[in-house]
Amino acid sequence: MRKIIELIMKIVFLLSACISVLAVAVICYFLFSEGLPAIAEIGPGNFLGGTLWKPLEGLFGILPMIIGSIYVTAGAILIGVPIGLLCAIFMAKFCPAKLYRFLKPAIDLLAGIPSIVYGFFGLVVIVPVMQVLTGTSGKGVLTASIMLGIMILPTIISVSESSLRAVPESYYEGSLALGATHERSVFFAVLPAAKSGIMAGVILGIGRAIGETMAVIMIAGNQPVIPSSLTSGVRTLTANIVMEMGYATGLHREALIATAVVLFVFILIINVSFSLLKRRNDG
Amino acid sequence: MNLVQYLKKHPFSFFLRMLVYVSAVITVTVLVFLIGYILYKGVPSLTLPGIFDWKFTSKNMSMTPAIINTVLMTVLSLLMAVPIGVFAAIYLVEYSKKGNKLVKLIRVTAETLSGIPSIVYGLFGFIVFVITLGWSYTLLSGAITLSIMILPLIMRTTEEALMAVPDSFREGSFGLGAGRLRTVFHIIVPSAMPGILSGVILAIGRIVGESAALIFTAGTNPVVPDSVFSSVSTLSVHMYALMTEGLYVDQAYAVAVVLLVVVILINALSAALARKLTKK
Repeated sequence: MRKIIELIMKIVFLLSACISVLAVAVICYFLFSEGLPAIAEIGPGNFLGGTLWKPLEGLFGILPMIIGSIYVTAGAILIGVPIGLLCAIFMAKFCPAKLYRFLKPAIDLLAGIPSIVYGFFGLVVIVPVMQVLTGTSGKGVLTASIMLGIMILPTIISVSESSLRAVPESYYEGSLALGATHERSVFFAVLPAAKSGIMAGVILGIGRAIGETMAVIMIAGNQPVIPSSLTSGVRTLTANIVMEMGYATGLHREALIATAVVLFVFILIINVSFSLLKRRNDG
Repeated sequence: MNLVQYLKKHPFSFFLRMLVYVSAVITVTVLVFLIGYILYKGVPSLTLPGIFDWKFTSKNMSMTPAIINTVLMTVLSLLMAVPIGVFAAIYLVEYSKKGNKLVKLIRVTAETLSGIPSIVYGLFGFIVFVITLGWSYTLLSGAITLSIMILPLIMRTTEEALMAVPDSFREGSFGLGAGRLRTVFHIIVPSAMPGILSGVILAIGRIVGESAALIFTAGTNPVVPDSVFSSVSTLSVHMYALMTEGLYVDQAYAVAVVLLVVVILINALSAALARKLTKK
């Protein structure tokens, strides 16, 4: 009897573990089976390379959205990575233990704030400030980049911090012994050794930024055209889906699902490069 | 050596140190300003007439039903995700052999799941429940979608908690003649409990804050549901609806305050539990 229960529970555990495999398979199946026919019907060239998104006229080109997503993500990286990395260096190598007890939960809290609240903050604080500074509507590439840069900070900080801490102490001590200051030792002996871990953090941050939806939609302006300047409005892949899914039907709806397929493929590429980097780190 | 002397002797090191300090200050300032600004501007909105009324009307824009919906959504999602996630972690840590192909596949897929953006989950839920099954927007579709979304989080935190249990616990239990199952449920899971709970609490935070995955699965209907097949909006979705209509900024502030307070409490609780685990 006991053996049977043991066996049954082992199978239950095994099946539970397989749910994640099943979930990925099902998500892939449904996304691709709904999205790929639309891409085929529109034509991959017209869909991925078309610059006009006019669903009412049957024009489904998502190039503006692809470029929009790349722009705001690049902006977020430019803003978030330097600040996040330096903050991680502070936490790992400069921060007194007493301060750390407050700083670490603060970073966790930054990660826990819902994206809709970030979006709201962007709308009521950053957008008006940008309006005054640039004299435009205040919604656009720059605003979205600043917001996303803030939102990816906790990811960059926690991954970089743990990879900085994983560097053997002897690197730091060796550098000190050669007469370098604390700062030089951290920046030129410890930091290079943590490089691939930090890269993994940056890639994770890219994934966050490119997938972010609710905050971006509030502050990016959402015009489906390729942005011509830092202050012009931009629509990301994610925003495209949320904006129009509510009322879309037929080919329009399938084209939106196909937009998600493109986003999904981006994310898969990012995931694969992240795990490759992590493996190189561990190995 | 004071700072001025340091600046003269090692100007470059001084510069690096300042860079590091400034970045830390920026990060903390952003957080404090964000929370402070929303609380400062939002707390007066909590006294708006009818904002906490039992029934939602287009006049009072009450958030009470949305709060109840959020609790329902959280409970329902956890009911599905926690057992599966914990069992999966038990399999990975206690049963699987190292280097097993299936285990590798499970880990890779769990990592993939945790990287998928919430809007893709939302769209997946929309395709499965709304288009394929024809349910329209329901509480249950939202909960199932969210339970897949939080599954990797529960799996990872539980795995870490289980791995932190010393092997001597297992050996002692086996030595006393307990079977594997008894060892797992009577020895290992209880000692890993704080870690598992802190993961569950983080998952609650994700659910409460989620909006993109719910708009097209659970809908935006701010009333208390009759059944799991009714359309509901959680607090975050309710806030999105208030913002897109543009007329209810004060109400959106009130919801933002409630969301922030909940998130801060959740974070504090999770951190306290995690600390309990590391103290042992």
